[in-house]
Amino acid sequence: MTPKKKRRLIVLVLVMLGLGTATALVLTAFQDNLVFFYSPSDLKEHPPGARGIRVGGLVALGSVQRPSDGLTVQFTVTDLQTSVPVRYTGLLPDLFREGQGVVAEGRLRPDGVFEAREVLAKHDEKYMPPTVADALKRAGQQHATSTLVR
Amino acid sequence: MFPELGHYALVLALLVALVQATLPLAGARRGDAGWMALAGPAALAQFGLIGFAFATLIQAAIVSDFSVLNVVQNSHSTKPLLYKIAGVWGNHEGSMVLWVTILAAFGAAVAAFGRSLPLPLKARVLAVQAMIGTGFLLFILATSDPFQRVDPAPLDGNDLNPLLQDPGLALHPPFLYLGYVGFSMAFSFAIAALIEGRVDPAWARWVRPWTLAAWTCLTLGIALGSWWAYYTLGWGGWWFWDPVENASLMPWLAGTALLHSAIVVEKRDALKSWTLLLAILAFSLSLIGTFLVRSGVLSSVHAFAVDPARGVFILGLLTVVIGGSLVLYGVRAPALKTGGLFAPVSREGALVLNNLLLATATATVLIGTLYPLFLDVLGAGKVSVGPPFFNATFVPLMVPLVTAMVVGPLLTWKRADLAGVLGRLATVAALAALAVLAACWYHGDGPVMALVGVALAAWAFFGAWVEWAERIGLFRVPLAISVRRAAGLPSAAWGMTLAHAGLGIAIAGMTGSAFWVSERIQVAHPGDTVEIAGYHLTFREVEPVAGPNYDARRATFVVTRDGRDVGLLTPEQRHYTVTGMPVSHAAIHTTGTADLYLALSDDDGAGGWTIRLYHHPLVPWLWLGCAVMVLGGLVSLGDRRLRIGAPAVRRRPAAAAAALAVFGSDGR
Repeated sequence: MTPKKKRRLIVLVLVMLGLGTATALVLTAFQDNLVFFYSPSDLKEHPPGARGIRVGGLVALGSVQRPSDGLTVQFTVTDLQTSVPVRYTGLLPDLFREGQGVVAEGRLRPDGVFEAREVLAKHDEKYMPPTVADALKRAGQQHATSTLVR
Repeated sequence: MFPELGHYALVLALLVALVQATLPLAGARRGDAGWMALAGPAALAQFGLIGFAFATLIQAAIVSDFSVLNVVQNSHSTKPLLYKIAGVWGNHEGSMVLWVTILAAFGAAVAAFGRSLPLPLKARVLAVQAMIGTGFLLFILATSDPFQRVDPAPLDGNDLNPLLQDPGLALHPPFLYLGYVGFSMAFSFAIAALIEGRVDPAWARWVRPWTLAAWTCLTLGIALGSWWAYYTLGWGGWWFWDPVENASLMPWLAGTALLHSAIVVEKRDALKSWTLLLAILAFSLSLIGTFLVRSGVLSSVHAFAVDPARGVFILGLLTVVIGGSLVLYGVRAPALKTGGLFAPVSREGALVLNNLLLATATATVLIGTLYPLFLDVLGAGKVSVGPPFFNATFVPLMVPLVTAMVVGPLLTWKRADLAGVLGRLATVAALAALAVLAACWYHGDGPVMALVGVALAAWAFFGAWVEWAERIGLFRVPLAISVRRAAGLPSAAWGMTLAHAGLGIAIAGMTGSAFWVSERIQVAHPGDTVEIAGYHLTFREVEPVAGPNYDARRATFVVTRDGRDVGLLTPEQRHYTVTGMPVSHAAIHTTGTADLYLALSDDDGAGGWTIRLYHHPLVPWLWLGCAVMVLGGLVSLGDRRLRIGAPAVRRRPAAAAAALAVFGSDGR
């Protein structure tokens, strides 16, 4: 083998090694860390089990309650067809309001309450999280979304 | 009047760009010096025209000309001057004008300072620059006109998103774009080299300052954005693996790889076609970043489909630029002569390893960023790929990279003695072990990854200085000689030491904030005392404050530690009157080794306020580390061997010097 070929071979082996490692890393990470999005209707039709998921929809009007400690918040997320109660302990985003779009990440408890680890509301009043808009649309509320999405 | 002139200037710039993109290229092919010489003045004219257009846009924003739609949508008469100016690039149209302004500025810089460049190379580089410019000018004129008028003009504007009204974020886009667009220079040089069919050390020497400048600006831009996220978003984090952040990280990773592989071309005349590919990839990733952020495709594939003009245009531009350059690469690169040979264990080998790891890391970030888009397009469901994915893929690639980063600079070119080098690193290993022990002693038992982080940080930091000490013979020769040697060290060597040491400092900051953070969220009433990490915060009061364009409620907390007074923390909950947006403004007390971070949220209607309190050990080092890396880049830029137009023939291999002589470069 000429030195040139040998060098090429070494580089090739290194590249394959790098690519292999990367693929393995990506695949294992995907297996554990992909977070799927559910609308409240999806939750009812295909319960996700104990897997971590995201639920999105509108915060139902008049549903926000704060039990005694002042940090736990309970509210209902709805796609105007089905709704799911959500419990969250922590600081809500500045733009969290009743009637606004919201995405919560967490797990569905066996008793049907969604335990949120994180609540996301986008940092713009005019903005409706697209996943939420889509969920509302699929629930057959086109007229509602067209006014809610700017 | 001015906005129309600005618009007209952009149209003229497009025409100039068309000329600059074609005639010099044809001239270089036919050997027509007159046509080639056209490139320089054309580049200067283009910069003048686009610069003028940008200036008219800034002028309209400063005088609050509400007959211009862009000003109406993003400004307000009560907004402070800084944000009136920064608001120009705080929106889509304005930021695209900033993009082409910087592109034209880089072209003009080559025209003005690239006197020692061979004329055909210069003509081709500027022609490629003009092609990119043509694409983006067309994009602005066709889909994103920033000068559009409104009639009747409203009395006042809609104001800029309050989150963007911040000094850190005012400067973040210009530096980010300087980085993104700076890689266009490396790209243009690569395309020109492919057309010419020649890459030599001289070429690498011309490309390096541009790449270095772009890398330095991008580093600063990313750091500013991260810093802003840290202190304004109120979550206490500094990096969220958000697609928009990833869009800036990918060109940075590719650019870092390019910076290192160009060294091999420069010193050893090897890795040439790989370096060209990296130059193409770094700029392509910059374009992909621009596409991701600017097309609206990130918020949703559907949003993209609803208003497709912009997205489709950028996507088309992306296809032409990336596809075209890769095809050219595929056709021309195999014809490049391969250069010097080297053993796997050598400086070249270490730099190849660096490139492999960086390229792999870039690929994993790209996959994680684009995967949700692919699934969405295929209708296979909506997913999000969050921080856990990136932590699981990116971090394992960075550990070997940082480990090898210390070994590489100590290896000799061509063939190196690994055992000997590792022996010389015993000091560094000992220092890293000491750092780990100190961390154990100070923080008690932490997760293993925290100790790995500390070890890596210390390894990188001390490794950089041990290499520096070896260069100047510290403690081996008399001190006076060492000092003289340090003074005589090339700036590029100083730059590398600083940049590598800076990365070490930054890793310490990342480790501290990831593993040793303490967080408290609770409802506090005036008079309450909250305790975190040895600090006592006494809640004194909440009072209303009026800002220039917002009303705020400001809380005052008295901070003490071990009975000693530390100071006041005054977080605010701001309400921007025009947009009606609430924004919390965190208060931070820093000791240089840790941050005390306090954010104020809503009141519970019964006199209690929700507060979020963090103690962030080592976070200031993250910003310090980034600053040191930027300093390293700047110092390295000052290297006289890299100075454009400086006599550089002296240290160049004879073959390259001969090649230069053919081109008639007189080196001034």
